[in-house]
Amino acid sequence: MNTVVAKLQRQFQDYLVSLYQQGFLDNQFTELRKLQDEGTPDFVAEVVSLFFDDCSKLINSMSRSLERPENVDFKQVDSGVHQLKGSSSSVGARRVKNVCISFKECCDVQNREGCLRCLQQVDYEYKMLKTKLQDLFNLEQQIVQAGGAIPQVNIN
Amino acid sequence: MAEVMRSETLNISNNTSSLASPELLHVLAVDDSIVDRKFIERLLRVSSCKVTVVDSATRALQYLGLDGDNNSVGFEDLKINLIMTDYSMPGMTGYELLKKIKESSAFREIPVVIMSSENILPRIDRCLEEGAEDFLLKPVKLADVKRLRDSLLKAEERVFKNIMHKRELEANDIFSQLKRAKI
Repeated sequence: MNTVVAKLQRQFQDYLVSLYQQGFLDNQFTELRKLQDEGTPDFVAEVVSLFFDDCSKLINSMSRSLERPENVDFKQVDSGVHQLKGSSSSVGARRVKNVCISFKECCDVQNREGCLRCLQQVDYEYKMLKTKLQDLFNLEQQIVQAGGAIPQVNIN
Repeated sequence: MAEVMRSETLNISNNTSSLASPELLHVLAVDDSIVDRKFIERLLRVSSCKVTVVDSATRALQYLGLDGDNNSVGFEDLKINLIMTDYSMPGMTGYELLKKIKESSAFREIPVVIMSSENILPRIDRCLEEGAEDFLLKPVKLADVKRLRDSLLKAEERVFKNIMHKRELEANDIFSQLKRAKI
């Protein structure tokens, strides 16, 4: 029983570290995890869930604004990018945040093609992160069900 | 014949603290981002604060009873020790909210902290000039909240000490008067 838990904990730790190393997550995600405790075991999952919903909503509305080449509402797109950058920054979604930086630059010079590329990229990145974090939360679940504690992982 | 000093003339208030309850700061947080609201709420709860979160400056004004509607009933009991607001919000910005709060006689003493994801110096200056207590870069850190909390509690302690000192002086004054009246 103990070795099962230990093995799962090791898996969890390695997976989490890899997400940081591959640039999916940054230090802000660590800060989020610090705010979670036994009393609020779903805090991180809830925040990221809100984030992914936000992504979906913002991407849809920006897509609509970019739809017609002759009538692009860059102000709306800029507002969307600003919100996306803010929330990705708040949860530690590093890759998503970085795309937003490029996205804002395209917006500033009213480059519709560039915006569309960034939109596609941000869509890809948030969905990729969603999958990765789902796998991470699944591992957490397995640890808890096996009677173990979620390891505190130090990222340097 | 000595005059009897009545307690009403002493005019000593028993309300020494504006804290919502002992050691518990009540913070009003304002942010249009649902992710940031969830985050700041948790941050503040972990820091042992009582939290009220609203999604716009307009709602914040409604909560404080400053929205111009004639409802000052019950707002005397509203004890807010700190307001934390996002800067960039649709409709009324955090800066405009700050101004409205500083214009109000009921709430101008409440410290207002501005949060922003953008490190724009003129913006920071403008907010501080308008009376903001502090300007925090997002994402806000646990250490930032702790620092705010500690500084507010220290300020409360100073106010409390001043009141106790004043009471002491008043008591000494009464004692002297009683002595002179040879009681």
